[in-house]
Amino acid sequence: MATSIKKLPDTEQVLSGNGACGGCPATMALRIVGKALGSNAIMLLTPSCSVASMGMTPKLGYNWPCINITFASAGSSASGITHAVEIMKEKGRLQGELPTVFSWVGDGGTYDIGFQALSAAAERNDNMIHFCYNNEAYSNTGVQRSGATPRGSFTTTTPTGKRQPKKNMALLMMEHNIPYVATATVAYPGDLYDKVVKAKNIPGMKYIEILAPCYLGWQFDMPETVQMSRMAVRSGAWLLWEAENGKISFNNPSSHIISGKKDPAPVDEYVMKQGRFNRLLKGPDATQRIAEIQGDIDREIAFMRERAKITI
Amino acid sequence: MQSVTKTYRPISWPMKGSGGDTGSWRTHRPVVDHQICNKCQFCWVYCPEAVIDRKEIIIDYTYCKGCGVCAVECPTGAITMVKEDE
Ligand SMILES: Cc1ncc(C[n+]2csc(CCOP(=O)(O)OP(=O)(O)O)c2C)c(N)n1
Ligand code: SF4
Ligand code: SF4
Ligand code: SF4
Ligand SMILES: [Mg+2]
Repeated sequence: MATSIKKLPDTEQVLSGNGACGGCPATMALRIVGKALGSNAIMLLTPSCSVASMGMTPKLGYNWPCINITFASAGSSASGITHAVEIMKEKGRLQGELPTVFSWVGDGGTYDIGFQALSAAAERNDNMIHFCYNNEAYSNTGVQRSGATPRGSFTTTTPTGKRQPKKNMALLMMEHNIPYVATATVAYPGDLYDKVVKAKNIPGMKYIEILAPCYLGWQFDMPETVQMSRMAVRSGAWLLWEAENGKISFNNPSSHIISGKKDPAPVDEYVMKQGRFNRLLKGPDATQRIAEIQGDIDREIAFMRERAKITI
Repeated sequence: MQSVTKTYRPISWPMKGSGGDTGSWRTHRPVVDHQICNKCQFCWVYCPEAVIDRKEIIIDYTYCKGCGVCAVECPTGAITMVKEDE
């Protein structure tokens, strides 16, 4: 059972009155992450909504030492910092518990532009947590397609809908043989909290990806952020799982979909609630387009179910 | 040996209101009916702004952006979004 809401700590690392849009899934997620990490941590950010949300100098909306780095370099910069703090500790220049070094990066900075440095850091098994808050597009620059954008989705660079399926980034990270990988989303804060606490206590490279439904990019109503996150999970469009040393286990409610105990909700409702999909579902090819979206989801469920059976 | 490390000072410090008084962004204000509220804290956990007091369920309107997430997630219907100019 995931930690209940009432048991989550009081700690607030995301400060009120920051620069994020109302209803922002990224700040919502980061708030829960903050409760798990506490204040003894160092945060790295690549250009993204979460940088814009930090607010204006001399004020800062996050209660950590924050370092803004270039798009391509989250992996390498976090590696440098994690080695530096370890050496400072060795030389006695840093007292007490080592701070958690973590990157807070969008899907653009993870799936695409930062992939190489992240892959290298994972292969070195450097001691850090890489968080990808995945709003399935380059939102901060006005919603362009990324490797995380699902097929059939409108962005300003896919005006007739993206033609390719998204990649399974969490699985790619797991295949680097790192000790911990997890997926989460904002509707399930207890699940997210537990995964971050777990990651914090494992040495080496950890990767946590959080689906972050962004009302602006996905074109739904602002108050529905959490609803959309829940629908993504119930339809199987987003699977909650974690892998410790390469052994995959699924979390509630995705575990029921994987085991076949519960059928995923048909994707129609999830898709029709979002302008990024439904604006392209008005023509005669609508049925075929929905079938394609459903097909990608079904394939991913079937694939992950089989992949989880490999436990060697 | 002389230290080669230069001390860099941060240019920003953690403070509320880094985006200004974001309460002025609101078009609608969440109003809690404390007769109905069962203190489940759902609104508190989902509020992206951390403006809800989890014990008293009181909202800090200086920074609440009026997103309405709390009202949608409240299982008892205790939160109503009221138009700001009314
Ligand atoms: C090398 C480089 N290319 C492009 C940009 C412009 N840029 C700033 S934020 C951003 C979008 C980032 O997308 P993502 O990582 O998904 O984060 P999000 O904005 O969605 O939160 C882009 C393209 C940049 N700052 N640096
Ligand atoms: S565009 Fe989306 S992800 Fe970016 S700040 Fe706004 S709600 Fe958050
Ligand atoms: S979600 Fe509703 S019932 Fe629960 S604490 Fe908030 S206002 Fe009260
Ligand atoms: S309207 Fe949004 S910002 Fe205001 S209290 Fe509710 S969830 Fe928080
Ligand atoms: Mg993004």
